[in-house]
Amino acid sequence: MTLQIKRLASWREVPVGGAITQPGNSVNRPTGDWRVFKPIINQDKCVRCYLCWVYCPEPAIKIIDRPYKTSSGREWKMTFEVDYDYCKGCGICVEECPVKAIDFVEEVK
Amino acid sequence: MSSSPKLHYKTVFDIPKEELFAPGHGLCAGCTAGTIVKLLLKVAGPNTVIVNATGCVEVSTTTFPYTSWRVPYIHVAFENAAAVASGIEAALKVLKAKGLIDPNKRVNVIALAGDGGTADIGFQALSGTLERGHKLMYVMYDNEAYMNTGIQRSGATPQYAWTTTTPVGKVLRGKIQFKKPVAEIVAAHRIPYVATANPAHFLDMMNKFRRGLEVEGPSFIHVLQPCTTGWRFDPRLGIKIARLATETAMWINWELDYGEFKVTVPVPKRKHVKHYIRLQGRFNHLTDRDIEEIQKMVDSEVERINKVVGKEIIGPVVE
Ligand SMILES: Cc1ncc(C[n+]2csc(CCOP(=O)(O)OP(=O)(O)O)c2C)c(N)n1
Ligand code: SF4
Ligand code: SF4
Ligand code: SF4
Ligand SMILES: [Mg+2]
Repeated sequence: MTLQIKRLASWREVPVGGAITQPGNSVNRPTGDWRVFKPIINQDKCVRCYLCWVYCPEPAIKIIDRPYKTSSGREWKMTFEVDYDYCKGCGICVEECPVKAIDFVEEVK
Repeated sequence: MSSSPKLHYKTVFDIPKEELFAPGHGLCAGCTAGTIVKLLLKVAGPNTVIVNATGCVEVSTTTFPYTSWRVPYIHVAFENAAAVASGIEAALKVLKAKGLIDPNKRVNVIALAGDGGTADIGFQALSGTLERGHKLMYVMYDNEAYMNTGIQRSGATPQYAWTTTTPVGKVLRGKIQFKKPVAEIVAAHRIPYVATANPAHFLDMMNKFRRGLEVEGPSFIHVLQPCTTGWRFDPRLGIKIARLATETAMWINWELDYGEFKVTVPVPKRKHVKHYIRLQGRFNHLTDRDIEEIQKMVDSEVERINKVVGKEIIGPVVE
């Protein structure tokens, strides 16, 4: 899934001042295993309001260019998805979703 | 120059999709600082230098050898974010004067610090920066204690709040003193733009970040940041609590734009402060009478603000 650091760098390899030279490389340190509860977006109920995407502190909500047709025939151009590599299961999206489209279930590993 | 411009972020569709804050950081699950910083970078964009004081955001987003920042970022110490940001702003001026970078390029310099790093130990550096008039934005994320080191009280901790250094027992019942009115103290420096914000009202917050970056001179944005670990609440409630802070007027979202004062989030019908307080374990020891006392203090603050505005911008308690 992601890169893992195999060993600690020696001091000779560390850039001067301890600079980190790869912007955003914390993506190589997934935090999905923090989760106790797991948010699951019900794509049929979701009204694509963006609020989970706005509030998620990780960020771990993705907007995907994938159309979706609900069971009642409504067509959406995109899909909101949880990125389980990083979602810590805080439940903010569950709490803030205005139509209660996000279920929160105990994580089974 | 003096009148505030049209609001830029009107709906969620106006928010940039680009993500300059990377996941994989170590902020607690449900830490609203993540929400604030993520949205701050969406406003600021890639031409931005972040200067971050020691604190939760710094330790959690730059755990060596990892960083969650996709913009240039520097951490120096706990007390000097404003001084370092001043130096960077001055250095950018010199680089432009020497033609080493395009003189028309706008580079945002943003100092980011907690309440401890701002109201207490960083205050001298901040005041100097404001007085010298550097063109930079200072964002104070206020979780109302020294959270990174284990929930010690700060000048911005509210009265009665439990912290590890204002314990609840026979002698003390939480913090004795009032919360320092940091944004007002900053406003006394008469800088172009000062505002208070709250991540629940994210469009308001983002418009303030934008305005802060736009003005010619220092700006200061004081953002309330509910902290699940230190305030003792269920991690899913951070945004709800932030919203309740405004709905109860425990926190008022205002701005002072070139001297023009405005409450940007009017509250026609106010909620009782108990709705905010009872969700937080740090206030568990408070009796109903204590809460009524807090309600009275909030009432008089609301009255004061309404007088300044010249109308009832914040209404009476209805629930
Ligand atoms: C001079 C100095 N004293 C003490 C510390 C230890 N220290 C690091 S962060 C911190 C508290 C930070 O509090 P705040 O600014 O409110 O940020 P938060 O952790 O709450 O985000 C302290 C006391 C330090 N780094 N430097
Ligand atoms: S549970 Fe928390 S971390 Fe996970 S997607 Fe929802 S808001 Fe983001
Ligand atoms: S908050 Fe709910 S309705 Fe809105 S986009 Fe997310 S899942 Fe869909
Ligand atoms: S202690 Fe509070 S401010 Fe610090 S990371 Fe945790 S929730 Fe955020
Ligand atoms: Mg703090």
